[in-house]
Amino acid sequence: MIYTQSPLAIGLFIFFVLFVLGLSFYLARRTSSAEGYYAAGGNIHWMTNGIAFAGDYLSAASFLGICGMIATSGYDGWMYSIGYLAGWIVALFLVAEPMKRLGKYTFTDALDSKFNSKSIQLMAAISTLLVSIFYLIPQMVGAGVLVQPLMGLPHWVGVCIVGVVVTLIVATAGMASTTYVQFFKGAMLLIVSTALVVMVLFRGLSTTPENDGKPYHDFTTLYADSALTLEDTSYRIVAGLDSIFGEKGFVKLEKNGNESIWQVNETPEGYRLEETLYATRLNDGTRLYNGSPAEEGQFFPVGHIKELIVNGEEMVATGPIGPFSFLSALTESTIVLWGTAYVPDADGITTIYYQKPTPGSQVLRPGLRFKVDNSTPMEKFNFISLMLALFCGTAALPHILIRYYTVPSQAAARKSTIVAIAGIGFFYLLTLFMGMGAMTSGVINLLDNNMSAPLLALSFGVFLFAIISSLAFATVLGTVSGLIVASSGAIAHDLLDNFLGLKMNDRIKVRAGKISAVCVGAIAIYLGIVFEGMNVSFLVGWAFAVAASANLPAILMLLFWSKTTARGVAASITVGLISSLGLILLSPDMWLRYGKLPADAPIQFNSPALISIPLSFLALVVISLLTQKDVNIGHATEPSSN
Amino acid sequence: MGHGPAVKLGKDDAASFKTSLGVKMFFGYTIFYVIFIALNVYAPKTMETIIFGQTAAVIWGFFLLGLALIMAVIYNHFCTQAEKRYNS
Repeated sequence: MIYTQSPLAIGLFIFFVLFVLGLSFYLARRTSSAEGYYAAGGNIHWMTNGIAFAGDYLSAASFLGICGMIATSGYDGWMYSIGYLAGWIVALFLVAEPMKRLGKYTFTDALDSKFNSKSIQLMAAISTLLVSIFYLIPQMVGAGVLVQPLMGLPHWVGVCIVGVVVTLIVATAGMASTTYVQFFKGAMLLIVSTALVVMVLFRGLSTTPENDGKPYHDFTTLYADSALTLEDTSYRIVAGLDSIFGEKGFVKLEKNGNESIWQVNETPEGYRLEETLYATRLNDGTRLYNGSPAEEGQFFPVGHIKELIVNGEEMVATGPIGPFSFLSALTESTIVLWGTAYVPDADGITTIYYQKPTPGSQVLRPGLRFKVDNSTPMEKFNFISLMLALFCGTAALPHILIRYYTVPSQAAARKSTIVAIAGIGFFYLLTLFMGMGAMTSGVINLLDNNMSAPLLALSFGVFLFAIISSLAFATVLGTVSGLIVASSGAIAHDLLDNFLGLKMNDRIKVRAGKISAVCVGAIAIYLGIVFEGMNVSFLVGWAFAVAASANLPAILMLLFWSKTTARGVAASITVGLISSLGLILLSPDMWLRYGKLPADAPIQFNSPALISIPLSFLALVVISLLTQKDVNIGHATEPSSN
Repeated sequence: MGHGPAVKLGKDDAASFKTSLGVKMFFGYTIFYVIFIALNVYAPKTMETIIFGQTAAVIWGFFLLGLALIMAVIYNHFCTQAEKRYNS
C-alpha cells in the first residue's frame, strides 16, 4: 500500500533531532568525568529517571509491534503488554535498590561487587553485548523501514540518520544526554498516545469506518449455484474448484481484464464467494498486490466490524463512546479478522488474505495467536515459557539496569521504578485501545501490521500522522541511545578497564567510552543495513530470553543466597547464554528461517526460558557448592584484577 | 577495580526490612500472575466469560496492570516509613 510522505513529519523529526543534538552538545560541557559520562553524575531526579525508564523501555517493539499484534491478533498481542509490565515488579521488589547499592556504571559492576572476578567481568560483559546487539538490530532495521515509506528515502539512509544521530548523542554527553532524550521521548509517547486514544473513543465504532474522509472499501459478496455458475455474469471463472486455488478453498475470477481471488463458502443454495486481498511473488521476483504493481495502490487497508452490537441492539455507528463501553461493544460485536493462505502455482506464490468474521468475545480473550484451546502439552509449555521470559527478562536487561546508577539514592531508584511502572502500565493500557481501534478503523496494512498505530493516526488526518511518525523515529533514537551506552560501558569499563586491567584515569575512561560508542554505533549502522528486508523483530524475543536466562539467576542468587561464589555466577551466565541461544537455534521458528520444515526441528518449542532459566540456577547452585572451599579459606575465587 | 556506587550513598539501616518486604510483595504479585497464566493454559474458555460487559481476560489484564501500580505505591509507602524510622 502507498503511504503519504508528509513534509510535516519530516519537519517535526528534524526539529526533534536538532533539539536533542543541541541538548547533547550543551550537556557535553558538564560530562568530563567518568561518573558524568556513564552515570549522568548520579544526580538525575527520580521523576525524570522514571519517565526516562519509560522512554528507554518502550521501544519500537512496544509502540509499533504490540499495537500491530493487537490490531491483527486481538488480546494475544496485549498478553505481551501484561507480561512486559509484570517484569517491572521483579525489577522493583527484588532488583532496584540492590542494583543501586552494588553497582557503579554497568550491570557487571553489581554482579562482580563481592568478588572482583575476571570470569564474571568477561561473561557479564559478553552477555551485555549480546543482549544489547540483539535488541539493537531490530531498532536499526525498524529505522530504515520507517524512513522508506514516510520520507521516501532509501533504507540505508534511515539507518545512517538514526545511527549517526544516536552516536553523536551518546559520544557527546553519554548517559546525561541519553537520559534527557529518553525523558522527552517517553513523555511525548505518553501524551500523543493518550491523545490518539481519546480521538478513537470520540469517533466511536462504525461498520463503515472512514479513513480521513475517504470511504471504506465496500467488500463484495457473490453468489453461485451448486455448479458454481455465478449470478453476476460479468465475472468469468479463471481458476475454479478443481484448480490448485480450489483445493485451498478459493477461486480466481476475472472481470474487465482484472483478476481477483475469492473465498468459497458452501451454502444450502450453492456457494457464497467473499472478496479477498492477495499478494503474488512471480517466479522472476516481481511482486504484485491485488494483481497490480504496488504503486497503483490496489492493496487497500482493511479492518472493520461486521455486526456492531451495543447493549444487545445492532447499529451502524456508536458515536462518541467511553473506554469501557468501547470494549464491551467490541465484545458483543462480530469483527472481521484476516486469515492467510499460501497457494503456489506455475506463475509463482500467491498469499491470500481472507475474511474471518470472529465474535468480539473471542478477539478479546487469548487464543488467536497462541494455541491455548485444546492445546498439546508442548503448546502449553511454549506459552508458559514465553510468559516466564517476559516476566523475568525486564529486570535483567543491561540497558535498563544501568538507569539505576543515574539517581542519587536507593530511595530514588525505587521511586523512579514506580514512576516507570505508572508510565509504562498506562501506555500498555493505551495499546489495547490503539490496537483495537486500528483493528476496526479500516487502517491495517496486511503486509506489515507494524504500521497500524501510525496508520490509525493517519485516519484522523495528516497532522496526527506526522506527529506519530516523528514520534516513531524518536522512539528508535531513545532506545538505541540507551543500548549504545550499555554496550560502550561493557567494552570500555568492563572489558578494557576491569577485565584487561588497563590503567585509565578519569579522562581516558571517558574517551574510551566515547570511542566505544562510536564503534558500536558504526557496527549498529552496518548491521541495520545488512539485515535490510529481514523480519528481525524476533531478536527482541531473543534478548529477553537470553537476559532472563543468563543475567537474572545470577543477580537474584547474588542478592539472596549467601553461598554464591564467583565461579557459580560465571557458570550461571555461561550456562544461561549457551542453553537459551542453543535452544533458540534449534527451535521450529529458526528451522523455518533455515528454509526447513518446522516439524523437522529437533525441539518443538520456540521459547527456551522454562528450560534455560532453571538450568542457569542449577549451574550456579552446583558450582557454588563445589567452590565453597575457595570462599571458606578467605580468598577470592579468582585472581584479583588489581 | 571500579566498583561501588557512582555517588556516595549513606548507610541504609532499613535495607533488610525493605528486602524482606520486597520478597513478600514479589511473591504476592507472582501468585496472581501464575493464576492468570494457569487459567489461560488450563481453562482458556473461562477467559471468555463476560463480567460487567467485559471478557474475564480483559478484566484480568486491567487487574494485573492496576495491581502492579497499587502494590508499587504500597511498597514505597512502607519503605519510606522504614527509612524514616531506621535511618533517623
